[in-house]
Amino acid sequence: MTPKRKQKLWLLGLMLVGISLAVGLTLNALSANINLFYAPTQIAAGDAPKDRQIRAGGMVVEGSVKRDPDSLLVRFAVTDHNEDIWITYDKILPDLFREGQGVVAVGHLNDQNELVASQVLARHDENYMPPEVAEALKAAGKMPDHSPFAKKNSSDDY
Amino acid sequence: MWKWLKTLYHRLGSPKWFYQITGSWLPWFAGAAVVFLGVGLVWGLAFAPADYQQGNSFRIIYIHVPAAFLAQSVYIMMAVAGVVLLVWKMKMADVVAQSLAPFGATMTFLALLTGAIWGVPTWGTWWMWDARLTSMLILFFLYLGVIALREALQPQEVAAKACALLAIVGVINIPIIKYSVDWWYTLHQPATFTLTEKPAMPASMWVPLLIMLLGFYALLGWSVILRARAEVLKREYKAGWVKELLQRK
Repeated sequence: MTPKRKQKLWLLGLMLVGISLAVGLTLNALSANINLFYAPTQIAAGDAPKDRQIRAGGMVVEGSVKRDPDSLLVRFAVTDHNEDIWITYDKILPDLFREGQGVVAVGHLNDQNELVASQVLARHDENYMPPEVAEALKAAGKMPDHSPFAKKNSSDDY
Repeated sequence: MWKWLKTLYHRLGSPKWFYQITGSWLPWFAGAAVVFLGVGLVWGLAFAPADYQQGNSFRIIYIHVPAAFLAQSVYIMMAVAGVVLLVWKMKMADVVAQSLAPFGATMTFLALLTGAIWGVPTWGTWWMWDARLTSMLILFFLYLGVIALREALQPQEVAAKACALLAIVGVINIPIIKYSVDWWYTLHQPATFTLTEKPAMPASMWVPLLIMLLGFYALLGWSVILRARAEVLKREYKAGWVKELLQRK
C-alpha cells in the first residue's frame, strides 16, 4: 500500500471513530427518550412524569387480569419481576394480550400510581414454535420467559 | 485460492473484464434466485407449522427477516465499495455502489412495509417510534440520500466521492439497528437468530427461512450485476470494445 493510500485509510478510520463517538454520546444522553417505555421499577421509584402521557411496559402478571362484567373495563398488573404496576383499560385488547405476555400501555399515571391506559399494545418475544411444541413445553414447565426484561437480567433466578 | 481471488478482484476492476466475466454469472444467479425463492416461499407459506401464538400471521417473517437482513448487508457492501473507491481509486467500485443503492432501498422499504402489516394484528399498531423501527427508517432515508446525491452532483467523479463518503458515514447506523433491541426498551422483539446461540425457533420453521435468505442474496447478485453491466456500457460508451460490442449485435 502506498503511503498516500495508507494516509487516506487512516483519515477515513479516524472520521468513523470521531462520528461514532459523537453519535454514541448523543444517544447515551438521550437514552431516557429513546427507551420506548418505563419499567415498573422506574415508575415505582418515581422516575416517570405524572403530568404527561407515558408508556409503561412489562409482563402481564399471571392471575391478575380482572374484567368488569358490564363493560370492556379491564384491570391487570404488569411486572419486571421486581415491582408491579396496575393498569386499567376500557377498550378492546389486542389478540396477543394474555397473562404472561409482554405488553406496552400508553396512558397517564393517576394519584395511586396506577396507569390509566388509552392504548395497550402486545409485545411479541423472539420465540417461535408450533402449537404442539408449546403444549409439550408447557406440560414440562419449560416455557420460555415472555418478559421484555428476560434478556436484561438474565443472571437473576426467577 | 488467495491468489486466484486477488486476480479476480483486479480483473473485475477493469470495466471491460468486468463486463466479460460477469456475463456468464448472470444465468446462475437468476436460476438460484428462482429455485431458492420458489422452494422457500412454498415451504414457508404452505408447509411450515403455524406459530402457537400468532398463528399464520407469523409467516410474514419469510419476507420480513430476509428483507431486513439484506437491507443492512447491502448498506455495508456499499460502504466497503466506498472505501475501495476513496482509498484505492477503483472506479468499478463506484459502479457497484451505484447498482447496490436501489436494491438496498427496496429491501428497506419491504422490511418496513411487511413489519407494519405484521404489527397491526400482533402489536395492535402499525407504527411505533421505538429505536428499532426509527433506526430502520433512518436507513431508508440514508439510501434515498445516497441515490439523490448522485443525481444532484456533477461531474460524475465528484458525485461518486460524495456518495462514498455518505455511505461510509451512514454505516454507523448499522450497529445501532442491530443492537437497538438490546440497548433500549423497544416494542420490537430481540433477534430470533444469533451467531452464538441456537435459534429460538424449531428447524421446521428456520430451514425455509434460510432458503429464502439464500434466494434474496441470489436475487441481489443478479440485480446488481445486471445494473452494473448496463452502467459500464453507459460510462464506457467511447471505448473501443463497447463500440465493437454494439456494432456486432
